[in-house]
Amino acid sequence: MNFTLHIWRQANAQAQGGFETYSLENISPDCSFLEMLDILNEQIISNQQSDNSTNQQPIAHPVCFDNDCREGICGMCGLYINGRPHGNDDGVTTCQLHMRRFHDGDEIWVEPWRAKAFPVVKDLVVDRSAFDKIIQAGGYISATTGGAPDANSILVPKHKADEAMDAAACIGCGACVAACKNASAMLFVAAKVSHLSLLPQGEPEAADRVRKMVCKMDELGFGSCTNTFACEAECPKQIKRQHIARLNRQWIGHLFKGGKA
Amino acid sequence: MFPDSKIPEGPLAQKWTNYKTNQKLVNPANKRKLDIIVVGTGLAGASAAASLGALGFHVDIFCLQDSPRRAHSIAAQGGINAAKNYQNDGDSVMRLFRDTIKGGDYRAREANVYRLAEVSGDIIDQCVAQGVPFARDYSGMLDNRSFGGAQVSRTFYARGQTGQQLLLGAYGALSREISRGTVTLHTRSEMLDLVVDNDAQGVARARGIIVRNMVTGDLERYAAHAVVVASGGYGNVYYLSTNAMNSNVSAAWACHRQGALFANPCYVQIHPTCIPVHGDYQSKLTLMSESLRNDGRIWVPKRKEDAEAIRRGEKGPNDIAEEDRDYYLERRYPAFGNLVPRDVASRAAKERCDAGYGVGTGLAVYLDFRDAIQRLGRDVVEQKYGNLFQMYQKIVDTDPYEEPMMIYPAVHYTMGGLWVDYELQTTIPGLFAAGEANFSDHGANRLGASALMQGLADGYFVLPYTLQNYLADQIYVGKVESNTPAFDAAEQRVRERIERLMGIAGKFGLSGDSGISDAPANSQLSTLNSQFHSVDHYHKALGRIMWEYCGMARSKESLATAAQKVAELEADFYQHVCVPGTADSMNPELEKAWHLADYFELARLIVADATQREESCGGHFRVEHQTADGETLRDDDHFMFVGAWEYQGENQAETMHTEPLHYEDIQIVNRNYK
Repeated sequence: MNFTLHIWRQANAQAQGGFETYSLENISPDCSFLEMLDILNEQIISNQQSDNSTNQQPIAHPVCFDNDCREGICGMCGLYINGRPHGNDDGVTTCQLHMRRFHDGDEIWVEPWRAKAFPVVKDLVVDRSAFDKIIQAGGYISATTGGAPDANSILVPKHKADEAMDAAACIGCGACVAACKNASAMLFVAAKVSHLSLLPQGEPEAADRVRKMVCKMDELGFGSCTNTFACEAECPKQIKRQHIARLNRQWIGHLFKGGKA
Repeated sequence: MFPDSKIPEGPLAQKWTNYKTNQKLVNPANKRKLDIIVVGTGLAGASAAASLGALGFHVDIFCLQDSPRRAHSIAAQGGINAAKNYQNDGDSVMRLFRDTIKGGDYRAREANVYRLAEVSGDIIDQCVAQGVPFARDYSGMLDNRSFGGAQVSRTFYARGQTGQQLLLGAYGALSREISRGTVTLHTRSEMLDLVVDNDAQGVARARGIIVRNMVTGDLERYAAHAVVVASGGYGNVYYLSTNAMNSNVSAAWACHRQGALFANPCYVQIHPTCIPVHGDYQSKLTLMSESLRNDGRIWVPKRKEDAEAIRRGEKGPNDIAEEDRDYYLERRYPAFGNLVPRDVASRAAKERCDAGYGVGTGLAVYLDFRDAIQRLGRDVVEQKYGNLFQMYQKIVDTDPYEEPMMIYPAVHYTMGGLWVDYELQTTIPGLFAAGEANFSDHGANRLGASALMQGLADGYFVLPYTLQNYLADQIYVGKVESNTPAFDAAEQRVRERIERLMGIAGKFGLSGDSGISDAPANSQLSTLNSQFHSVDHYHKALGRIMWEYCGMARSKESLATAAQKVAELEADFYQHVCVPGTADSMNPELEKAWHLADYFELARLIVADATQREESCGGHFRVEHQTADGETLRDDDHFMFVGAWEYQGENQAETMHTEPLHYEDIQIVNRNYK
């Protein structure tokens, strides 16, 4: 298969970015999207010419993009492909997207996540440390190592455990934020709130957790949730909007108890 | 005796208790004056840092991804073993210990493995307390499943994402300590060298690390009273493996170059159930969890004609009648059937494919769920393995509910690693290694669901004790400074190596920061280009050599070939590798080149270790040493030892020390799964 790629290039966080165009030929339909970018980088290195490039540097640099496990679980990869986070297949991350999902001769536009809270580091790489900060604000159960009771002394009804697992499947890739017109992190925060508050172990800190995580989310520059649910549509782990409802219930409960918004 | 394993006195079941009773402690007010560096945020690193931070020590933790939650532990699918005996099926600490020793083919250290089994139950308690959503039955109690090499159900799991959930538990605990200020997190930061310095008594100790900031390219210095390396395994020396792209050996190898012994490098686990290789552009192999072997049956056609017809595309798996299918694991190993250990299952697949019965490209066998779907119903199978089936379908584009999966063995885990004693301390005082980065618990073959157990045992329940024992004396040292000659020298080593790697193509103007003005004009570049190759080009070539000549079956001749080919490739790499870009910015090509330079040295060591080990054991199969029916043949009289290698300098052959293995509480038998 042959493709024309328009890829966002940006030297660093301060630099002005722009699209550059590349052509690729003879790509196998079984190739994954990231393997296709590997082939592009191989081509850039072997050509050592910045073809079609608007910057006239003699040395072309390979395209930087985040990736690691390449099996859809680490959450490291994440590209905005033809206007959709993780591309045009449902329930997959960018590394699980295969070129058989495209047509021969397609033009493909590749951008980094676009969100104020995720500044570009270089090319297609963004800084998602805001997600870590939200978790650090309270997205855990405080269980210091040692002294935990026997595991079967805490009974969890199967349907609750299953629902908690559905929420806990979040990989923290940021597609929900990238998909949202407001760049809201609501689905990410809700998934963690839901996972922990569904379990009896998470109950004691539940009220405090939702307050701390929501306040941190606001502070870090994520937008507000206006219930368009683009996040649910684009989540590679198909995490459901119901978790946002649970978060909202807990948040309102916090306000009724006199908490600050 | 060098190296000294420092196994505590007393009967096996009392050793860990005795150790904890007699170890030295640090008083709470002193803990915050002691600094610890942890490299890696996987299960071992994150759990260690969280536990040490909670104790009150000051911890700096480093990862090369953008977040600690990305570490490759996250990809572990199947489960985690623990001797809870919740199923009342005869499990116990002693049985988990015995299964692990036997699974490792009697090449692991007894005392370490017993401790691992002993703390396994505490891990499950800890994880449940953190909110890990393990699978439950309808009564609300924890559910278990079976894994290879065991006849009990002791594996706890969270769908097919157990590693993810355990890591997120540890990540949560780590995040809590970060918010409390006891742990400082450094992301996109790669350890490139270890700093070893003499103390006032002239003892050389680990005192810090040199880190490259992967965004700015700056070299940074971090000093501490102790360093924990939990940087994972080295499977990517084979290029294609189930490891993540960024998993590498360089942090551990830097320790090895500074004097830490590296043990049993030839013990590499080839996992039997991975999606087969399909093209030369392929960047990684995807694992299909061992848990699938609970319900899936592995087979190839009985008749060669059928296999050939399938390979030509004239027949499909569903065209082969039941009586024409060879369920070769059930045939050869009736007692364990499809649940034999990984090394046994991998070799059996290779044997069938080499004999001409392979399907797909010829290097694949079937993993069939037809009978399970008939017996349990599609819903139950979907509930148990849904995400794995989806993953398979996305990659291969066929539906595993309708057609059996095609699988083939792939490099998955490395049992070898930095040599550590009972305290998980390497041969450099103050340098500890945890998780897959050390060699300690799995012998020559790791059982399924034991890697998660070991990583968390090391981090939650071993290092908090043993590190404290070491640090008790370090309180007299005061703050460790990073403005010392030892740090200067380490930083200089890093700088020179980066310049060397960037400079190979750079002297011809092919690299961004050559700084040489007489670079050729653009028109000349294309002729030069043909001589130069990318890092990946060399890495793929190295992987092919290692897989072909030092993979699932090794012989004296194949290893000699491997040694020669690796040396030739390495020489070519240092002449013709092209590392574009600059060192003072984000540059994945430079990172890869650094890793590959270490893989070359490691590859030579793996080959040397495989050559000296004139026996077959676990994942190490020497064709000269096998039984009449093709099983591994150990030589306990001559090889019941750990081979621990000492670095002798670049391009020098390493020397091997041996740690004899003594089995006092276990009867050594031939490993038999028939």
